[in-house]
Amino acid sequence: MKAWFGLVARDLALARRNAGDTLAAVAFFLLACGLFPFGVGPDPMVLARIAAGVVWVAALLAALLPLDRLVGADYEDGTLDQLLVSGLHPAAIAAAKGAVHWLATGVPLLLAAPFGGVMLALPLRAIPALVAALALGTAVLSLLGIAGAALTLGARRGGVLLPLLVLPLTIPVLIFGAAAVEAASVGLPVSPHLAMLGALLAAALPLAPLAAGVALRSAAE
Amino acid sequence: MLEARDLAGERGGRLVFAGVSFCLARGEALVLLGANGAGKTSLLRVLAGLGRVADGTLAWEGENVREDPLAHAARVALLGHLDALKPQLTVFETLHHEARLRGGSAEEAIVAVGLEPLAEAPVRILSAGQRRRVALARLLLGDRPLWLLDEPTVALDAAGVATLGRLVAAHRARGGIVVASSHLDLPIADARTLRLAA
Repeated sequence: MKAWFGLVARDLALARRNAGDTLAAVAFFLLACGLFPFGVGPDPMVLARIAAGVVWVAALLAALLPLDRLVGADYEDGTLDQLLVSGLHPAAIAAAKGAVHWLATGVPLLLAAPFGGVMLALPLRAIPALVAALALGTAVLSLLGIAGAALTLGARRGGVLLPLLVLPLTIPVLIFGAAAVEAASVGLPVSPHLAMLGALLAAALPLAPLAAGVALRSAAE
Repeated sequence: MLEARDLAGERGGRLVFAGVSFCLARGEALVLLGANGAGKTSLLRVLAGLGRVADGTLAWEGENVREDPLAHAARVALLGHLDALKPQLTVFETLHHEARLRGGSAEEAIVAVGLEPLAEAPVRILSAGQRRRVALARLLLGDRPLWLLDEPTVALDAAGVATLGRLVAAHRARGGIVVASSHLDLPIADARTLRLAA
């Protein structure tokens, strides 16, 4: 366990030095949200109607941006080999990468999400539900994303392949996440949708690192 | 004790070496020779548990390493041809994090490879030889009994080669095993050699 936290600490230190990656993801998210009023017009009724879906899609796309470097850089500079002979289980290595992606990209997006919501005239009472649903949803995306990044290691166009592989898997997250925000904006209970997101997280938590671990091992062969 | 019996390895679906057998007792060293592409790196990766074994068995103290790959990984200290360093971290940070992963002391490892004056320097500004020394320091962490060195002298100056020789001798004196590949003369005394055919 000490070794696992050591790996998370190292990758967080690296993420701090590469703060530009986090800033780029947050800026992409805010820009994507900010573009919609220009595209569909400034009518608050229309914007509020699409706000939940737009914020969610923008957040998912933004979270994908730093994914391939997180594992790809380790693969290219030999760090992955060193991690695999460190004695940590490959699934634990993948889980650490997922945790770092969530802390370094997911959490900053959570903090930016209320601003994105406000730009799209999302009712203020829906903001807490948005943040809560995104907290669960980005964690699922981090786990799926690491599995996708590990699977596309060594592929010639891995950066293009990764979203094609991961985005379809995020559809359930998008459905329940956007539904939670919609429910909150019309005053309906949010907890059933959050419970579904929690269930998705509970399923991804063991399965995605296991799949990613196998992929990391076979990428090193 | 590390024993290979009739080991064959493949890379990208192609057989790169076959019929490799040797037995190394504690304190022994083996130097792999062979032309470019003879499979020295592939054999080292198989010994590390990273490469794909096409045939044969690899055993540590009589136990097939496939039975427990994680336990085998925890025995290995690997010096690959990539230094596996992050340019943004300092020398001390690099080895401090490695020490949390593997055990051992970052300070002692830095002193052993003579990098104290550069401990707080970012890896980004180091020369190729200095980076190699940081990678050498990683070998010392966590008391790994099996050292696998792929062209360890690349980029090292004469003093660095001498340091490598001292570290390898001390490791063998503690009962460690070393397998190294090289085209040049390695500073490893009375090592056995294994020539891989291309």
